[in-house]
Amino acid sequence: MADLLEVRDLRTYLYTTQGVVKAVDGVSFNVREGETVALVGESGCGKTMSALSIMRLTPRPQASIEGGEIYFQGRDLLKLGDEEMRRIRGAEIAMVFQEPMTSLNPVLTIGRQLTETLEAHASVSKEEARARALELLRLVGIADPEHRLGEYPHQFSGGMRQRVMIAIALTCRPKLILADEPTTALDVTIQAQLLELMRNLSRQFGVALVIITHNLGVVARYADRVNVMYAGKVIESATAAEIYRNPRHPYTIGLLRSVPRLDQPRKAKLEPIDGQPPDLWNLPPGCSFRPRCRFAVEKCAHETPPLRQIEDGHRSACWVAESLK
Amino acid sequence: MNSGSEIQNSKLKIQSSPIVEVRGLKKYFPVTSGVVAQRVVGWIKAVDDVSFTIHQGETLGLVGESGCGKTTTGRCLLQLDRPTAGNVFFEGQDLTRMSDEQLRPVRRRMQIVFQDPYSSLNPRMTIGQIVGEPINVHGLARNGNESRERVAELLKVVGLNPSMARRYPHELSGGQRQRVGVARALALEPKFIVCDEPISALDVSIQAQIINLLEELQERFHLTYLFIAHDLSVVRHISDRIAVMYLGKVVEIADRQELYDNPLHPYTKALLSAIPIPDPQVEAGRERIVLGGEVPSLLSPPSGCVFHPRCAIAIDECREAAPQLREVRPNHWAACIKA
Repeated sequence: MADLLEVRDLRTYLYTTQGVVKAVDGVSFNVREGETVALVGESGCGKTMSALSIMRLTPRPQASIEGGEIYFQGRDLLKLGDEEMRRIRGAEIAMVFQEPMTSLNPVLTIGRQLTETLEAHASVSKEEARARALELLRLVGIADPEHRLGEYPHQFSGGMRQRVMIAIALTCRPKLILADEPTTALDVTIQAQLLELMRNLSRQFGVALVIITHNLGVVARYADRVNVMYAGKVIESATAAEIYRNPRHPYTIGLLRSVPRLDQPRKAKLEPIDGQPPDLWNLPPGCSFRPRCRFAVEKCAHETPPLRQIEDGHRSACWVAESLK
Repeated sequence: MNSGSEIQNSKLKIQSSPIVEVRGLKKYFPVTSGVVAQRVVGWIKAVDDVSFTIHQGETLGLVGESGCGKTTTGRCLLQLDRPTAGNVFFEGQDLTRMSDEQLRPVRRRMQIVFQDPYSSLNPRMTIGQIVGEPINVHGLARNGNESRERVAELLKVVGLNPSMARRYPHELSGGQRQRVGVARALALEPKFIVCDEPISALDVSIQAQIINLLEELQERFHLTYLFIAHDLSVVRHISDRIAVMYLGKVVEIADRQELYDNPLHPYTKALLSAIPIPDPQVEAGRERIVLGGEVPSLLSPPSGCVFHPRCAIAIDECREAAPQLREVRPNHWAACIKA
């Protein structure tokens, strides 16, 4: 299938008082139509900043997109004017944020927040907008939608607010939804409900999904392809099945080994990744993961490994990817 | 692997005497209305008639979703919140009958590690002051030198460089801060530690480090843990026995392996099924129970069994009477009439 989104060598830097942080440092990945792609990594790895760059919503003035291309349906989003970008944002690419508590406007009714997007992008009457809002609430499983349209966010539980967020994202029938840790702030049983809902809706409407998460389990269940990020770079990329069966980067291997798994006998001891998360202001030369890596060789200290093809459709940024055990 | 010796181990632990015994614990918080004359208009039953024991040297896992009362239970155990009713026995003494003055020496033997290593350390104190404070409060060091030596030793025990004593919390990563939180809890050589979601705020690659640290310390200092968490895969790893809470009540309690092999309560089954497994092939073949609805409000909990509105196997009786926790299989208790 054709690429819906192609991110090429994206660089987004943050200018802070303590110095420059290369939050996104040469990230490339693609999303095909209707596909679910995951960006996985820990806090500070650049996954959220990558998504915000695609939406051109990076915080100003600290953040600046320094280079790269973001092709969406063949057009480079980074070359569009603000007005053109505004027509795409929310209409063709929508975003679901992590915190349903803070990303809804507390002083507008749920109904108004749903119709707002629609009125901004399509010329519809008030009645049509309201009808569409009702339909969307029903679609995301909110009971008694006529009544709830008039309510405010504080009258909704966390799970229900995230359903509203999904409904807002779907308003203009986008081609692509970027979901930034969509379920992290929610309870386990509610997480399961919402992920199932998102998957069903994306299948029903053929929407492509980019799921940003730190949870490898979520990725296994819902993603077609996975990009693992570390210190601003994609360090491994493959199909979900492949990345779990045959991880080819020491960081991915470490992450998979360090979490206890319910389907396997309990281990006497967990195998953690040594060391501390990277200090983004002070990254080591060469490979950023080297200080924590059990497989590091001399070369890793001087030369940054590029993301390179290991097997068909499987890429890793490690000098010794082939010989990892 | 070595399941034989593991079973023996957990038996030994169960035969040993209880260090903590909780009987009929209740904690109700008043809901008030009015600006000047505040009237009590209702009660939030955060913990509602909870009983369990923790044996010397074991880890009891307490799991449940936010608002189920697991943190309040932990705080009531330590008398950080005074219970509304019920008894908490610690080494045979009923803590609920003791005054604050009487409690002070007991507190040395029971400590807590908090969830958020960012807000639970005073940003204006150095690491040395934070870890040294309990030592000084309880007068356990004769002079400043002795106190500093003890702090250096504690930092080494939790895997930090003693030179960190001069640093401030903001200079440390999340994992390092949580190690400081553990060192502070260990400072008074406690017997029992409540670990309240100690790894939830940490990055995935750091979580296993802290789990391993807690296990090493338990062995080295013969500690007993109440391990509060919402992640069942972590809880299975660290606990000997597990109690599952829902809406202020314990709905199931059993040995670790027994709970995972034969969950009896429908809520436990749903919780287990909701945990994703990092392997697409396993995931594809898994049966999923996705619970409908949401956790009801504690202000107006459902009648009868509090889980009945979300339960797939609920019958009429479940709406009427609240099921008691009963021993369905040996050492395996569940509060469900259909178990």
